[in-house]
Amino acid sequence: MRTITTGDAVAARIAGRKLHWRELAFEGALLLALLVSLLFLVTLLADILITAMPVLTERAADFVSGELSPDPARAGVGTSILGSLIITIAVAVLAFPAGIGTAIYLEEYASDSWLTRFIRTNIRNLAGVPSIVFGILGFAIFVRLVSAVGLGGSVNGRNILAAGLTLAALVLPIVIITASEALLAVPDSIREAGFGVGATRWEVIRHHVLPSASPGILTGTVLTLSRAFGETAPLLLVGAVTGFFTLGEGSTVMDRLTSAYTALPVTVFSWSRQPSEEFRALAAAAIVTLLVVLLTANAAAIILRNRYERKW
Amino acid sequence: MAPMTSPTGIDLGGDPKRLRRERVVRGAFWGAALFSVLLSALIILSLAEEAWRFMSTVEWSALWSIGWFPRRGLFDLRTIIVATLLVAGIAMLVAAPLGLGAAVYLSEYASPRMRRVLKPVLEILAGIPSVVLGYFALTWISPNLIQPIFDSDIFNVLSAGIGVGILTTPLVASVAEDSLRAVPHALREASYGLGARKSATVRKVVLPAAVSGIMAAMILGVSRAIGETMVVAMAAGATGGGLLTLNPIEPGITMTAAMASLAIGTDQVAGAGNAFQSLFFVGLLLFAMTLLLNIVSDRFVQRVREKY
Repeated sequence: MRTITTGDAVAARIAGRKLHWRELAFEGALLLALLVSLLFLVTLLADILITAMPVLTERAADFVSGELSPDPARAGVGTSILGSLIITIAVAVLAFPAGIGTAIYLEEYASDSWLTRFIRTNIRNLAGVPSIVFGILGFAIFVRLVSAVGLGGSVNGRNILAAGLTLAALVLPIVIITASEALLAVPDSIREAGFGVGATRWEVIRHHVLPSASPGILTGTVLTLSRAFGETAPLLLVGAVTGFFTLGEGSTVMDRLTSAYTALPVTVFSWSRQPSEEFRALAAAAIVTLLVVLLTANAAAIILRNRYERKW
Repeated sequence: MAPMTSPTGIDLGGDPKRLRRERVVRGAFWGAALFSVLLSALIILSLAEEAWRFMSTVEWSALWSIGWFPRRGLFDLRTIIVATLLVAGIAMLVAAPLGLGAAVYLSEYASPRMRRVLKPVLEILAGIPSVVLGYFALTWISPNLIQPIFDSDIFNVLSAGIGVGILTTPLVASVAEDSLRAVPHALREASYGLGARKSATVRKVVLPAAVSGIMAAMILGVSRAIGETMVVAMAAGATGGGLLTLNPIEPGITMTAAMASLAIGTDQVAGAGNAFQSLFFVGLLLFAMTLLLNIVSDRFVQRVREKY
């Protein structure tokens, strides 16, 4: 019989192809965590698609363009999609200049003073405020503001303009944070080269930093817009209609902006609350519409980023 | 500014027009930065004004009564706070293992190819609006996972909690993964050099080194779960009021659901006593809770940055 030496043991360990079941179990458990998340995602999408199928196969075009109605056979999401689009445009117009401007100030101009540190902390905390609290801000400040400037319409300011302002405030901190990250990724050598040939700070930013950072900023802004497109809770506080309404014949653009409105996610919410099966199918179909818009926008943003992103 | 003159007599002060534009642009960006501070001030102001009116008119005994029925003047804070913590607790039971497991797998085990395939799962999940998860919790999780086992009401706190947990998982995973990736490779290599296996290295070296970031991820997850509105408003049974319950298979009303149901019924409630003001009071409470959690988690993140 041969005695096992230390050398043998070491050799066995080094060559060791023996499967360690504990290693495998550990790795398997971690992978399982990801697979469970995947399973939830697949179940969610499958369940919604199956429920929505009857509506989408029988009257897809009619559903997408139709108006809100208490009759499930005629109800559609046209009004809601339009409302969501107007809100999203308002968010883009209001939040992006202020957000990107703030990011430029913080990353390109500001020195490390107590004020800039305070602003940074403040922005990080704002990004963590629950969305429904922004709804209260909208209700208490923006609704009154819209009424005060005479755009309150028939709903005392609880209209689409107030909704746009509210969601713009909600996404502002996120715009600032993503734009800051994109600006930070531009290497200092670019700026120094600009200063070296005598450019002012603004000229360096305008002609060199912003063009280099724009793919990152663009991706961030698209992702932010889809966040605004899918947001529901704050809109409930600034008057989004959870029942149904019609604008009537001959309503002008101004009427649309200043009177009753709703948005796609709010419609999903109000139809889900209905007890009848027909409205459940309608809610699922509205979710499919919502997800198609969001996933297309997000995929486009990611493809854009991958195409134009520069590695320094 | 007086023009600068060099020893050779050439003006080096620069073109005054360019300098002026520089000052204007800088001022505009400074203004934009201050706007975010103004926004925070407005939030606190809008909450505090009506919340104060509520606190000065409400009978204090109503804050400690049998349940949350704002339209009947019963504002039992225990009811909504307990339900909120219950939902957040259930959500973290889902999100903590799923999020942390996913983060460790992606950061330590996944090959670059696996990562490219699996990472988007979390990104897509993160992009799904909460109203969709609310629908899913109400129409799928509750009848298919909860009701067969517990024989409960279709509206229950447990399915809402699971829905919020799914929503929170991507956030926990992404913050935890960032902190795991920040652990220097030298630590892992030193561990392998001592003969430790991969799982031992992960458990005994990488996870302890990233503990601040993982704590931050968990706290952010709790903060997100507390502030989540739509899932609880749809699946937990916010029908305007509720009784104090610790039982997760019963319907319950959280702070956010209480606010949402007050908001939907605003027209009816506007004249009815101080029910409407309670919306602001609960909002202020929620704001304070999430702010505290976010500040604590920020401290943890700063600690990771300082170390490496």
